[in-house]
Amino acid sequence: MMHEDAPSSPFPANDEYDRRRFLRLMAASLAMAGVGGCSVQPAPPEQIIPYVHQPGEVTPGKPSFYATSMTFGGSSVGLLVESRTGRPIKIEGNPNHPASLGATDPFHQASILTLYDPERAKTVTRLGMTRTWDEALSEITRAIRDQQGAAGSARLLSETIVSPTLGVQIQAFLKAVPGTKWHVYEPIHRDLARRAQQLAFGRAVDIVYNFSKADVVLSLESDFLQCGLGNLRYASDFMNRRRVRTGLRDTASARMNRLYVIETGVSATGVKADHRLAVRAREVERLARSIAARLGVVKESQQDLHYDKWVSAAAKDLQMHQGRSLVVAGERQSKEVHLLAYALNESLGNVGRTLHYIDPVDLQPAERTGSLVELVADMKQGCVSVLIMLGGNPAYTAPADLNFAEYLQKVPLSVHHSLALNETSYRSHWHLPESHYLEAWGDGRAYDGTASLVQPLIEPLYSSRSAIEVVAAIGQALSTPGRELVRDYWRQYWQEHRRGESFRQFWERSLHDGVIAGTASKPSEVKLKDGWQRHLSKSLSEQHEDRASELDLVFQPDPTVWDGSWATNAWLQELPKPLTKICWGNAAMMSPDTARRLGIAAGAYAHGGERGGYHMPLVELAVNGRTVHAPTWILPGLADQTVVVYLGNGRESPLAKGEWPWAVGFNAYPLRTTDRPWVAAGLRVSQLDGSEVIACTQCLYSMKDREPVKSYTLSQYRQKDLPAHHSEMERALEESLYEPFQYPPPQHKWGMIIDVSTCVGCHACVVACQAENNIPVVGKREVAFGRSMHWLRIDRYLSESADQYGACYHFQPVPCMHCEHAPCEYVCPVAATVHSADGLNDMIYNRCVGTRFCSNNCPYKVRRFNFFAYADFDTPVRRLQYNPEVTVRSRGVMEKCTYCVQRIRRAEVDSQIRRRPLRDAEILTACQAACPVDAIVFGDLNNQHSKVARWKQQPHHYGLLAELNTQPRTTYLAELRNPNPELPG
Amino acid sequence: MPQIFPRVSNMLARVGLLAGLLLLATFAWGSLVYTRSSYGTGRYIRVVQPIPFSHQHHAGILGIDCRYCHTSVEYLPFAGIPPTKTCMNCHSQIWVGSSTLAPVRESYRNDRSLLWHRVYNLPGFVYFEHSIHVQKGIGCSSCHGRVDRMPLIYQAPSLLMEWCLDCHRDPARHVRPRKEVFNMQYEAGENQKELGIRLAREYGVRDPFHLTSCSICHR
Repeated sequence: MMHEDAPSSPFPANDEYDRRRFLRLMAASLAMAGVGGCSVQPAPPEQIIPYVHQPGEVTPGKPSFYATSMTFGGSSVGLLVESRTGRPIKIEGNPNHPASLGATDPFHQASILTLYDPERAKTVTRLGMTRTWDEALSEITRAIRDQQGAAGSARLLSETIVSPTLGVQIQAFLKAVPGTKWHVYEPIHRDLARRAQQLAFGRAVDIVYNFSKADVVLSLESDFLQCGLGNLRYASDFMNRRRVRTGLRDTASARMNRLYVIETGVSATGVKADHRLAVRAREVERLARSIAARLGVVKESQQDLHYDKWVSAAAKDLQMHQGRSLVVAGERQSKEVHLLAYALNESLGNVGRTLHYIDPVDLQPAERTGSLVELVADMKQGCVSVLIMLGGNPAYTAPADLNFAEYLQKVPLSVHHSLALNETSYRSHWHLPESHYLEAWGDGRAYDGTASLVQPLIEPLYSSRSAIEVVAAIGQALSTPGRELVRDYWRQYWQEHRRGESFRQFWERSLHDGVIAGTASKPSEVKLKDGWQRHLSKSLSEQHEDRASELDLVFQPDPTVWDGSWATNAWLQELPKPLTKICWGNAAMMSPDTARRLGIAAGAYAHGGERGGYHMPLVELAVNGRTVHAPTWILPGLADQTVVVYLGNGRESPLAKGEWPWAVGFNAYPLRTTDRPWVAAGLRVSQLDGSEVIACTQCLYSMKDREPVKSYTLSQYRQKDLPAHHSEMERALEESLYEPFQYPPPQHKWGMIIDVSTCVGCHACVVACQAENNIPVVGKREVAFGRSMHWLRIDRYLSESADQYGACYHFQPVPCMHCEHAPCEYVCPVAATVHSADGLNDMIYNRCVGTRFCSNNCPYKVRRFNFFAYADFDTPVRRLQYNPEVTVRSRGVMEKCTYCVQRIRRAEVDSQIRRRPLRDAEILTACQAACPVDAIVFGDLNNQHSKVARWKQQPHHYGLLAELNTQPRTTYLAELRNPNPELPG
Repeated sequence: MPQIFPRVSNMLARVGLLAGLLLLATFAWGSLVYTRSSYGTGRYIRVVQPIPFSHQHHAGILGIDCRYCHTSVEYLPFAGIPPTKTCMNCHSQIWVGSSTLAPVRESYRNDRSLLWHRVYNLPGFVYFEHSIHVQKGIGCSSCHGRVDRMPLIYQAPSLLMEWCLDCHRDPARHVRPRKEVFNMQYEAGENQKELGIRLAREYGVRDPFHLTSCSICHR
């Protein structure tokens, strides 16, 4: 295993301290700390500012929740947003919404920080000078009017649009100004799937999968658990079929689905696979074809010696589950793979059972790259007189060979509408500030077509407008507010579909529920065209032989900053990427074998040890004469001869000098071209001198001999062949020196259980925790020092028995264990961490003097220390987001997971006021509420019927490091996998 | 070898040690006194407010219920400070020309909030819940004193943590029947001990072990 050399010295060599200087500093800091701790009066004076007229729906101190929805990546997800005295502060999923079912992903959670981003555009600007909306709109409309009849024309460039109201506005604009064209570009696109759909069905379709009915799933590099349309719902449905809860007695009745994954990178879906093959990008098609051949979908007898056994086992499994299986092809796969997937699903009888086709949710399903190529060609010829860009950042994300940024500057009038100034805004004439979705009215459609409204929670903080308002203003000179435009659209819908209720009733019900009932798309009848096989490539094997020694460069969206649009969000920058655990940046990832072949040495620890930073050697990546410098990273499990890079990093700093915190990592877009959007063959890697520090919160992959994650197969479970964790924990309890605490039943005994089997490592829980508990961001330097502040981390490990099932990674969320025998409590000299009467391990900030002894003594390393005043007390707009129920910690204080004690106390008080007992699942911790797969369950252990108590009775229940006799309250359910018995380990 | 120090230095050393100890003790005593003084705690200090609002007049003489203005006291952590509209409910009819009330009328006219100075000011890491105290039979006057006799409001208790714990360690001493919570005149009778224990059980007041858990108030 890599990265196992000893940490280098934690102090920089040039920072020398002599003994006298050291003593002097110590004495001074002791004295200063003593003085600093004193204050004349216990609390600074405050003012109370009541309303003049208090609105009926606002009560200071009482949170209210509003349903809204967020559109991202081409579909919309319903949300419930918590508002306090008019400030939105926390985002939850909407349980009524089919794409959410109450869950969120990291982007939804972090979007609240973007609302309060102090760097948002505040006014309309023309070439950097402040202007008014009226000036902007009159110049733009005049320019559009003037160009009519002339050679040039106006163009609209947007990202994927799924808002019906915006669609209507755009159509009206296109009609009002003849000659105008609408282009759509988004770097993370589905062009190849769209191309395959044209060949297979003659038109674009969207596919809605039903994982709850699928027993066997084959993923051809589709990361359906983590990204793409409907990912939250898919993860939930898929994991519902993997949750084994039979109790101790009937383990034999346990059932699970089975997942086969063929992929190049390592995705969350690959990690959860029962059988995973890591193959080079172009081999996916060959393997898909082999499987198809064995199922009689294509007529050829390709014998693939290397993977023969795997392929025939998977094919047989699919064959045995006709109508109860699924073949899912990922967006990055070629059109041939998509065609094969459509044909396989059809021949297995899955269409109509485990998946159905619907009309595209996307209002402009044209190919993204083609659309942009057409626009740039016109820009080059001077046919574009006005270019209006709604959102996006094409100057940064467009394929490198188009030179979009250069031609953009040749357009006579360019307008960019976005939340904050970015690379495209600086190159445009006008910049129009966009309203955040929490400030604007709108609508959107989910992966299955369900429409939901976007309802603002706050008036726009700055003079911004939504895209709907901008298009209406430019196209039809309407200065109608967004609410009226959205209402008008839905009034029309209501007139066509009225079901005996007034419009007001319909509107208010839709707003309240967050879903417009009955809008899910009906399955559309599409038939695979005859002769689709003609479109498959002819001779795969030869092609393969030729290029065996070549290196491939594979592009993937970044799991946390996506295509770069989230790069200015501090929560997402600091969020570790699920597999590499790198934050604040990216690296050229390769398998250990590939690294060895390229002669790339493993790096060395920087400060901060295995949970801090790592020095990695720099390389130059060259494809077709385009080069980029990047640090390397070795990721076991990647396909060999492949280098994977995440897009979206290395944003261009707008500042002439000084440090822009978001310009981290390297920009991989310069290597991406129109014809090779996802895989570029013929990569050359050459080593450069020097190295770069990479901030990584878990450098080690190995579990060593402690096995924090226990993993079993379903057959082991059925035969009760599990080591007796229960007895291990109970024995430990008897062997205690201390008198045990008592928690007599009418009182509560809080506990948590985490299911390692279902955790997909999406990190939504980590951001949710950060938002709920006012957890500060520390920046790359501090993370590299090992000072990341997340209360909840998701560890990922690599099994020693890596190739037993072909799936080798494990995710394990680790919050505070709230140990019964908490090692931290015994060593605190000031009793700043003590047990509460209901079994919580309380952390009292105002008592903490910062000895850090507790953290040293914690075997789980879940305590976090404020080495500096990390929290932002000063930026007024940032402070609006803070949860008023949680203290904002200052320098010198230890902190850690509290089980969201503010939510526990709130629920306790509410139940006492209403004079009824607390129900199970009434308290959801922030992490639990965000989780799409129900992997985290919190509740009362004294209630025998509570979910957490029942789960703790399962035979695969175990405690992390339970042998230390810490008696953790947070325990785990071991990972279960369901490998095919025909495939040996 | 001759003595370095004269004999008297023994005496000086003893006196010096004693004086040092005394100094330390005085310092410790002084700081304890200081933290409990009204200068340290803000107790009894009448803060100058934009309007010299008299609780004595409104709550005492006129007998307006606490909840007329502090509307959320029964179900939220924050008792609620009335919006200007609440003042104007009456003062658009009575005392309409009073110069004392000019800021209220101005606030109402210009839609600008009145800025009150917080009297009961807890540090940011303390989370106090009005609702649960009211529900469990702790009267307003138990913490806020005889508000009906205060022409200008002031902080009646010290608000030191020892004051909170004093009650959390033995809540039965202060629990009163729920219907008496807003009664300013209520005085604990001689049977408070038995009554308190009975009511605490009836209202489900938690035991001191729970009530003194840190996360009850700090989080």
